[in-house]
This record gives sequence, structure tokens and C-alpha cells, in this order.
Amino acid sequence: MDIHEYQAKELLSRHSVHIPRGGLAYSPEQAAYRTREIGGDKWVVKAQIHSGARGKAGGIRICKSDKEVSDAAEAMLGRKLVTHQTGPRGKLVSRLYIEETVDIRQEIYLGFVLDRKAERVMIVASASGGMEIEEIAERQPDSIIRAIVDPGVGMQQFQAREIAFGLGLENSLIGKATDTIMGCYQVFRDYDASMLEINPLVVTREGNLMALDAKMSFDENALFRRPEISELRDKSQEDPRETFASDRGLSYVGLEGNIGCIINGAGLAMATMDMIKIAGGEPANFLDIGGGASPERVAKAFRAVLADKNVETILVNIFAGINRCDWVAEGVLKAIHEVGVNVPLVVRLAGTNVEEGRRILSASGQSIIVADTLAEAAEKAVAAMRQSVLKKAS
Amino acid sequence: MSVLLNRNTRVIVQGLTGKIGSFHAEDMKRYGTNVVGGVTPGKGGQSQQGIPVFNTVKGAVRETGAEASIVFVPPPFAADSIMEAADAGIKLCVCITDGIPSQDMMRVKRYMLRYRREDRMTLIGPNCAGVITPGQALMGIMPGSIYLPGRVGIVGRSGTLGYEAASQMKSLGIGVSTSVGIGGDPINGSSFKDILELFENDDETDAVVMIGEIGGPQEAEAAEWAKTNMKKPLIAYIAGLSAPKGKRMGHAGAIISAFGESAQEKVEILRDAGVTIVQTPASFGPTVAGVLAEQRKAA
Repeated sequence: MDIHEYQAKELLSRHSVHIPRGGLAYSPEQAAYRTREIGGDKWVVKAQIHSGARGKAGGIRICKSDKEVSDAAEAMLGRKLVTHQTGPRGKLVSRLYIEETVDIRQEIYLGFVLDRKAERVMIVASASGGMEIEEIAERQPDSIIRAIVDPGVGMQQFQAREIAFGLGLENSLIGKATDTIMGCYQVFRDYDASMLEINPLVVTREGNLMALDAKMSFDENALFRRPEISELRDKSQEDPRETFASDRGLSYVGLEGNIGCIINGAGLAMATMDMIKIAGGEPANFLDIGGGASPERVAKAFRAVLADKNVETILVNIFAGINRCDWVAEGVLKAIHEVGVNVPLVVRLAGTNVEEGRRILSASGQSIIVADTLAEAAEKAVAAMRQSVLKKAS
Repeated sequence: MSVLLNRNTRVIVQGLTGKIGSFHAEDMKRYGTNVVGGVTPGKGGQSQQGIPVFNTVKGAVRETGAEASIVFVPPPFAADSIMEAADAGIKLCVCITDGIPSQDMMRVKRYMLRYRREDRMTLIGPNCAGVITPGQALMGIMPGSIYLPGRVGIVGRSGTLGYEAASQMKSLGIGVSTSVGIGGDPINGSSFKDILELFENDDETDAVVMIGEIGGPQEAEAAEWAKTNMKKPLIAYIAGLSAPKGKRMGHAGAIISAFGESAQEKVEILRDAGVTIVQTPASFGPTVAGVLAEQRKAA
């Protein structure tokens, strides 16, 4: 789960990380008011969306009067920002963060990730901050410093100090940098973060160290014990299709195609989507209904898939392990009856009692296209989708 | 013998008295698994479906001589249960639980390093379908009926996709020595490479099918290992061709966040290492059959 920049900064500032003075605004008037509260004569207006690269998309503006601030706010609020991280649908700007500007002497990159190779928290730092880490890795690979934390004892002072010296900071900044790095680690660990990135962490002309930007993501499996983090969830930043599904306990990812997918198991779901692609179609979504595939869950899944207006055909692929295909078939029929499916429906069942399951579907009188194998299911779904699109066009 | 598990392995069930634990304990017993006990703190001395319940794993090990444990404990307490098993001298622990926080798994793996290599527990999972040695024993939640006993090893992250592969193989008369689900989490007990090593050293396995997916470095690591160390044929499929970058596809670990983690890149790496690629998820059966036919011809 991602949070906004201002939320991350607030968390970090409680743990020895210095941040510029700033305030949140939901309207142009509030934005202008923040400038008086903050003081000074130059401010940054920053769109709060769950994405990096906001600057290039027009989501960050430097302003020299409260009029400029209010105009920038007017232009940004209510608009969707499209960055290379948001996908073509973009993300809605409904909050702004107004911040004092600082004079920058040096930009540093500081990141914390869960490294899957080491299976530990890894700190990544570079004296060449300001650009994305991928870009740093490509252009200045030698500038990257890494350290790995032993989860048995946590991060040690010497590790933070080594990073600080490694960044080439002058002696007067080593203590501050060590505190900043240790503070970040504490936030990462105490709130079950999965990613924390300060880019840039800047050395100001006055010789301070400040986080100009902050990005954080959290481990969704740990939210049960982090209610203060769960509260920071902003549904307006999610794909509405995904919010609809996740509110119903389904694992769903919205995509750009038009063949809706309902599958049990994440791996089989990905494989079925691959098969659709190989057959010449594009999946509209990833959807794992889990092991059970009860009629209630199948009905919820149909609703979630049909909430996407691009969907021209639905492909259901259930491998019945613990449960039985005849139960799943009845569940599918019940769900169709309840939800009202108005696009072609291809169903492939496999596993326990498969013959009986297929018989129930064929005998139902519903216009269900039954498939025996994964390949057949994908081919039939693509064919049905093409027909459905043609029919609409004519 | 097959890897990890056979009909003699003495198994306890952690979380036996829960709804899921009791259901699968029954199913495992029916399949032939030697289930000797269960653990639920506070319910020691009771019995569930004829299986004795103990308060602690140490107690269960002492009384039953258990050497393996399967964990159905809910996510907030699962890491603790795994460490308890490790400390009680359990040799194989299969954790089915989905939803364990990553930092808990980091602690688990660090904790397991306390023991000398020869005393260290093998952890499979979490968030996996478990282990099955067809015709002998099941420690997991997979439907036993779709596996034919045989000589091909399967290792995969996903449950149902593993079933798909096994049933495609069964329909062509190809059996399985052992199937191991390593789970869909970013931090897991055993990696692809760990299981490949077991299969390579197993006299009852002739070839191995590896079912990977997007996210993480484990498929690439396995490819590198197999290139220099594996004599038996390795056949691999990677799920997630159509997965966009930065989106979690169901499994906590199925997310492309770094270079080399997409399906296309992993397929490239595997192919370069000489691994036979299963081109589509519909061709597990024919691909394995083809490799086995060549193996016979060569012999």
C-alpha cells in the first residue's frame, strides 16, 4: 500500500528526519493561506498523487506569490496527472502540499528496500541524487552504496556512518546523516514498510540535511497490526475497479484489454492471461477468486469483472482441487442468474468431478461456451470477443 | 526415495484444531500420510479425529517422534509457529499460511541460521500448496487424485498452476516423483535452487519441471545453478507475460520491481542456461513427454 509524500514526511519527521516547512491544501484558497503560514517569498506547490515523476507531468510548480500559488493550485486540483508510473488513466489530484523552497548544495539518493536476494532490508544510497535510481544505476553505477541489515540485531550506527562517509559528506554533516539514516530505518521497521525512498535528500546552503521528497510503501500482509498506516489509505489513488474488488475481498488487477478473467489461484490466473495473449487477445484483468470458488465469491467476481465497461467476453477457468467441479458449475449458474451476464461467457473446469461439472453447464440452457482445455478456453474466448466487438460495430 | 517426504514420515499438524487444519489433516490421513499428532496451545491432552493434540511442538516431538510439521496457523502467529518447530528439532516444515508479514519471514530465516547446517530445518512455503509424493504421502492442500506416481519432479510457486501441469502430465501417462510448492511470497523457506538440488540428487527422479512467475531473483538463480550443476533435464515455464510492471499479481511476491524480473527476461535467462522452455501453459504435458522421449533415445 502506497501513501502520499506529505504522509511519509510526517512519519519521518517524527524520527529525526528533517523536512522543509509545509502544509496540506484541498483548495486554492487554502494553498494561498499556507504561504502566509509558512512565510518566505518562494514556495513549491506539489500535487499529492501516488506516483513519482510528477515534475515532468506538471505536478510540481515553483511560485513566487500567493496569487501564483493559488493559480497553480487551481490548475492542478481535480485534474488527472499522467506520469510514466500511473498508466494511461492517470491519477486524480485532490490534495496539494505547499512547501518552502530551500537552497540546494547537493542532492543525495537514499532508499530502503526489502531485498529478495538477501532476504533482508537493504539500504541503497548515492551522492548522485535527483534522478531515478534506475538512471543512477545506469549512468553512475560506481556511486551506489549498499548496506544490508541483520534482522536479528537491526541496523547499527556504524553502518549508517559508513554510508554517510561513503557519500563524501563533510565532517559536520556525518552526525546529521547518521541520525537521518537510522531514523529512516526505524520508521521502515516499526511500520512494516516495504519501500522507503528519499530522493532527493539535500544538503542545504546553510549546511542542513533535508528530505525534499519522500515515498513509502507498506507490506499489506502487516496492515493488521499497523492501524495507523491503514488509515492513510487513499482510495482516490487506486483504480476504481481494483477498489471495488478489494472491498469485496477479491485479488484483482485492472488491465487494458477486453477479456475479463475469473480464475482460482494467482499462478493459474497469470497463465490463463498468458494463454489469452498467445491466442491473440488481451486480458481486461487479473482476478484470483481463491481456493474455495463458492457461489457467493463467483458472483462477486462477475460483478467486479463486469464493472469494467471494456469487457466484451468473460473467461472463467477453475481448477477444482479441494472442492468439486459440479459445485463450481452450480455456483457459476447461480452467479449468472444473480448478476445477469450480458457478454459471451466461456467456462473451463478441471479437476475433481469435471465430467459432471461440464454436464451441468451444458444442460443449463444458458448460452455458456464450455471448453475442456486451457488452450481451447483461450481460443474460444478470443473468438467470442471478436464476434462481440464486430456485432457492436455493425 | 522421492524427496522430502514419504509414507513413513511422521507428521504433526500445527493448528490442527482450527477449521482449515482439521479439514486438511483428515484429507492428508486419507491419502496415506502418517499424521501422528497436532499442536494447539491450550488444547493439549485432547484428541481431534483420533489424532492426539499437544500444547507445544517439543511435547509433540517427544511423545510421537515427529520429524515433519505442517503449519495452518493464522498469519499473525505463523512465524512464531515455524520458529517453534525449528527449535523442537523438526526437520521438515511446510507452511501453508498465506499473509505472513515480510519482516516476520525475515526474522524466521535469521532464526533458522542459529542451528548447525545438519540440524537445520527445511522450510517449504509459506503461502504454498505443500508437498506431495504421489502414492505415498501428502503434506499440503493439493488434490491427491491429479498426481500419477512416477519419475518427474515438479517445483512451483503456484498451487493451481501446478495442478494444471500435473494433470496435463497425467493425461499423457507421465507420473510425478514429488511435487513441491515453494509458495508465492517474496521471502520463502526454500528456493527453486534448493529444491532442484534435492531432485538432482534423487535416484527416483529423472527430470524436473520448474514453474516460476514474475518477480524476484529465484528463477535466475536456479538457472545459473542448473547450468553448471544439473545433469537431469530441466523444463521450465514462467507465468505472467501480460503482467504490467509494478503491479502485484495476487501473490505478494509476484511483482516486477527490478531488471530481470519480467516473464520475458526470466525466459531469456533460462533459455540461455540450456533449460527447455514450456512455450504456453497448455503445453506442459507435450513438452515433458518430448524431453522424456529424447532422454530414452539417448540412453
